[in-house]
Amino acid sequence: MQALQEFQESTRAWLEENCPPSMRTPMVQDEIAWGGRNATFKNPESKVWLERMAAKGWTCPTWPTEYGGGGLNKEQSIVLSQELARINARPALTSFGISMLGPVLLEYATHEQKMEHIPKIVRGEIRWCQGYSEPGSGSDLASLSTKAELHGDYYTVNGAKVWTSYADKADWIFCLVRTDFEVPKHAGISFLLFDMASTGVSTRPIQLISGSSPFCETFFDNVQVPAGNLVGGLNEGWNIAKRLLQHERTMISSFGLSSGQSDRGGTTSVMAAVEVAAMHYRGDKERLSDPVLRDSIARFKIDSEAFAYTSRRSIEESKQGQGPNATSSMLKNYGCELNKRRYELLLQALGHQALGWEGEGFTPEELQVTREWLRSKANSIEGGTSEVQLNVIAKRVLGLPDLVAMAKK
Amino acid sequence: MALVLNEDQQLLKDSAQAFCQENAPISMLRRLRDSKDAEGFDRDLWQQMVALGWSGMAIPETYGGFAFGYGGLGVVLEETGHTLVSSPLIPTVLLGATLINELGNEAQKEALLPRIVAGELLLALALDEHQVHAPTRIATTARATGAGFVLDGSKLFVLDGHVADQLIVVARSAGAADSRDGISVFLVPADTVGVTITRTWMVDSRNSATVVLQNVEVPASALLGEVGSGYAGLEKSLDIARIGLAAEMLGSMEETFARILDYLKQREQFGVLIGSFQGLQHRAATMYSEIELCKSVVRAALAALDDPAATASEIARFASLAKAKLSEVAALVSNEGIQMHGGIGMTDEFDIGFFLKRARVAQQFLGDELYHRDRYAALSGF
Repeated sequence: MQALQEFQESTRAWLEENCPPSMRTPMVQDEIAWGGRNATFKNPESKVWLERMAAKGWTCPTWPTEYGGGGLNKEQSIVLSQELARINARPALTSFGISMLGPVLLEYATHEQKMEHIPKIVRGEIRWCQGYSEPGSGSDLASLSTKAELHGDYYTVNGAKVWTSYADKADWIFCLVRTDFEVPKHAGISFLLFDMASTGVSTRPIQLISGSSPFCETFFDNVQVPAGNLVGGLNEGWNIAKRLLQHERTMISSFGLSSGQSDRGGTTSVMAAVEVAAMHYRGDKERLSDPVLRDSIARFKIDSEAFAYTSRRSIEESKQGQGPNATSSMLKNYGCELNKRRYELLLQALGHQALGWEGEGFTPEELQVTREWLRSKANSIEGGTSEVQLNVIAKRVLGLPDLVAMAKK
Repeated sequence: MALVLNEDQQLLKDSAQAFCQENAPISMLRRLRDSKDAEGFDRDLWQQMVALGWSGMAIPETYGGFAFGYGGLGVVLEETGHTLVSSPLIPTVLLGATLINELGNEAQKEALLPRIVAGELLLALALDEHQVHAPTRIATTARATGAGFVLDGSKLFVLDGHVADQLIVVARSAGAADSRDGISVFLVPADTVGVTITRTWMVDSRNSATVVLQNVEVPASALLGEVGSGYAGLEKSLDIARIGLAAEMLGSMEETFARILDYLKQREQFGVLIGSFQGLQHRAATMYSEIELCKSVVRAALAALDDPAATASEIARFASLAKAKLSEVAALVSNEGIQMHGGIGMTDEFDIGFFLKRARVAQQFLGDELYHRDRYAALSGF
């Protein structure tokens, strides 16, 4: 206990000394430190902050010191997060290496593989991307067909991936490949690591309606990969793939929380609540003057409040063992639709001020609303479309018959 | 705040469900309607409900009640919604007893509440004077005299007005036409000279009446609460009743939806069950989601009523949340009830039309969704 207190005091003192002032302000999208060979730092203090944190292994506080991690136990890492939160410190490094690959390497990779890759993840020297989805394999991930054939000491990789986040900026890829076409689909998959600078790798960013291009198409044309880059056993990649997906979901849910806060631009923002924004832009004091907009916003708030009680009830019911699992489809669907409604109402509230694209005439917050409104359209597509969720409710919760199954009879 | 029923409430729900299905099916409402029953409800059934303790569910034990709370009364109301029970439960218990409990003095509570519990007294709230709910727009006057008050005015849509022993009359003793100030509440025996009651036949086949008051003299002891400051207690009572009504509406929409689902699983067209059509499946899934939200809202609002720490303004917000949301979804589900049953849904012989008719009256009663969204917005500061 006393040791933990000493750790807290020394941590607090170290952070006071070493966390640059601008790193204690809310994160701006284009200042996120992703690391990598071609890392750019728009704010020079981001670089200083990353180097200082990486030197202590605190970019990955609980990973073993042997591989460059912080070697902290659970209690110490909680203290570190609390102390970082206390000064509103930005994350020194954000990467798929930390949130997805590192944990599975620690679990499945050989000592040599760990020694090669983990320290570079900790220091932000290598930026990783995820080669999972393919043009023909969306929800049915295990049907993937990117092929890896062993010729001597090398695998030859051919195929294509899609929705590869930041493939154009990544240095290495962790990739699911098919190494056996003769067995059931889950049993012929392997987990392969390779350098994106290899001959035969090409990427094409997919520009989204919000103007950003976080996703790419990625092509492999006779890419030569050393056989030693296979993680886990040959044809045993599916277990690693599933384990990594668990880490991915955890990451996405935590992203959702933090972007939820930055979406609202901090608690003082007028964008925090739609009705506050509407009154602000109309110059209303006590009552929103437009009766139609007021009714729409009231309806939205009523549904949001009802949805919050429903989420809570779902948790209470699952504790009592009476909650149907497919309720998650209802919550996913309703929650996503509510978020889209929120942005449509913000657009009505802000009028033309929410339709700026860039430059003069708009506040940064207004421009952010524009981009987030566009981004929100994906809410009802990613993680299973709203239509798929309604299908699941109809069949699994309501027990309605399946037309396809009936037609086969 | 618990959003799931506790063990006692679950037992109560199960027994109420069995009772309503066996003793008060929709065929009873149909019989009362078709025979143009003079009273519009079944007195034997009411006495059985009294025997089960439903009349004293939310009344404190000191006045002969069973202190089961509004959570208990809500569960019972939800089950009566499933079979569209027409009874004094809403006018006498949910509205009448609540008003006496909130506004009455000790002597009035001691005199009246035990008689309500015993099923010996029927009450009716004479409040609204316009085609839509407007509880502050009171033009009925209460003029103080030496001995008491003289009441003059007309009231519309008085639930159980023609069978009640006593009317609870909301009148204006002072203040401007739409003001909360100056409102007084009186207990008026239905047979008082100057009171004219005319039954009105509503689409849901439940009891309603117009009440005209002409030079109606009542003693000072008829006053519930203080002169001119009855609105706070009236408003809180209305909020409690709105939440209870929302519970009944929940039961009705759950029943309508269950009947829709049954039909989707048995009706065949084009050689397949119609429930296999995606066009109907997605609408059913949407209804399911909305009803789940309604259920959460009703549970949360009832829990707030039984929470001693809940303030009147919190309860007001819950009441408008519940009445707005339930009214909106009641319209959706009752309309789909007809449409998804097709032609048979339009026939009087089939019961689904009763749910549509009851839904609309329940939506209007004590404020529709427009009224309550406006109020919710005001209570939320915009």
